[in-house]
Amino acid sequence: MADENGYILKVSNLGVRLQNQTLLENISFNVRKGTTLAILGPNGAGKTVLLRTLLNLIPHTGTIDWTEKVKIGYVPQYVTVSDVPMSVKEFLSIGNGGISVREALNLVKLQEKEVANKRLGVLSGGQLRRVLIAWALKEKPDVLLLDEPTTGVDMDSEEPIYLMLNEIKKTNKITILLITHNIHIIEEYTDDLLAINKCITYCGPSQQIGKPETQRVIYGEPVCVETLRGEA
Amino acid sequence: MLDYYSLILAIFVGIAAGYLGSLMVLEKMALVGDALSHVALPGLAIGITLNFNPYIGAFAFLFSSAVIIWQIQRVTKISFEALVGAMFTLALAIGILLYGDNLDALEAAFFGDISEVTMINAVVAIGVCVAAVVITKVIYDKLVLAMISEDLAIAKGIRVARINLIYLFLVSIVVAISIQIVGTLLVGFLVIVPAIAAKNLSTYMKRYSLLSSLFGAIAGFVGVLLWGVFNFNLPFPGPMVVFVGIVIFAITVVVNWRLKITT
Repeated sequence: MADENGYILKVSNLGVRLQNQTLLENISFNVRKGTTLAILGPNGAGKTVLLRTLLNLIPHTGTIDWTEKVKIGYVPQYVTVSDVPMSVKEFLSIGNGGISVREALNLVKLQEKEVANKRLGVLSGGQLRRVLIAWALKEKPDVLLLDEPTTGVDMDSEEPIYLMLNEIKKTNKITILLITHNIHIIEEYTDDLLAINKCITYCGPSQQIGKPETQRVIYGEPVCVETLRGEA
Repeated sequence: MLDYYSLILAIFVGIAAGYLGSLMVLEKMALVGDALSHVALPGLAIGITLNFNPYIGAFAFLFSSAVIIWQIQRVTKISFEALVGAMFTLALAIGILLYGDNLDALEAAFFGDISEVTMINAVVAIGVCVAAVVITKVIYDKLVLAMISEDLAIAKGIRVARINLIYLFLVSIVVAISIQIVGTLLVGFLVIVPAIAAKNLSTYMKRYSLLSSLFGAIAGFVGVLLWGVFNFNLPFPGPMVVFVGIVIFAITVVVNWRLKITT
């Protein structure tokens, strides 16, 4: 089982092929309980495919071994809410059980009075991301999977969201897997880093991301364009 | 002539079309509902020719077309609208061929024929409308969640493909019944207009779906009543239902504009 030695997830030799194209191959990694794993990679590297595969939404080869009875909360990168006349309260009330709307909003540092009756489509980018995280937290998950949790959020509001996630992780003892492109966020707020480009290009402590040799492995050797003076 | 049960049927058809239509408008499939209704034509014609209830024929054609389109869309990824457009014109062509020179029957199919509504007919149709609304209510939140994000819904354990199919089934039934009141040409109105009028006044879902059903009921009831009382030399009530609905929509536009409800 995956919970031996404190692991909540063990992935071994994971592969995804769709319509004769290899999207992921030979992906193996473990995630320790209560830690944050950052997933990094260029566009088209298969980051979202990896998260969706971990949710069992995509057929795959290899094994994905979650601990028994694990509860997973998921925050997708894109949602369609602009045209839906649904209030925050209604959205957070879909499905049964879990914590109350107020508790869920408190966790993501939103005031019930301020947002509960607002239409999803009129929320700011930051508020919407927090509401989506509140949704994912409603059923007290053991793990949160976040696909670029600051999509549509301005730069100033990005860090407070990661700070909040860090707090939630500590107080609720949950494990977080998140996709991000922000190196500062990876260094500051995550424990481990999984860099992929269809296969794994780096897997280890997040702190290493600052080192040039790690960056060289993740991003490849720099390719310089030669320009003649005056032609640049 | 106007019977009381036709009037009551119009209310229930309005409620069901308004309620199911509120989802169709959100799914950006409003025109799909409209075009889909024309697919009923060959079914109606076969029912008339082979002497069985034409609305059962209409339903059979609607649902099988919806499933075929849904499957082709899943396989080819061609847009739903384009496929419905193709299916709609094909069905129209087959329907008109089947009707041949039976122009009275064709007119009834296009614009509805409330004079054919018998009491038993009305009771069954009302029962089906109520059932369609109740089942839709059970899956309403799940359909909206899948609309917001299909992944979110699937990750939550919702079987999105299955509830979409149930919804298509219910839409086919309600459209087939609505044809009796407003005909294939105008049934799209009952699916679209109550919902967009409700959207003008709604910031949350409960109000939206409730108002959509209410506006559908008012358009059905008042439209058929006006037609029954004043007749207007029209053999069918469809156009009056449309006019009442448009008046409701116009009022909601003004109210939304003055009170800035959705901005």
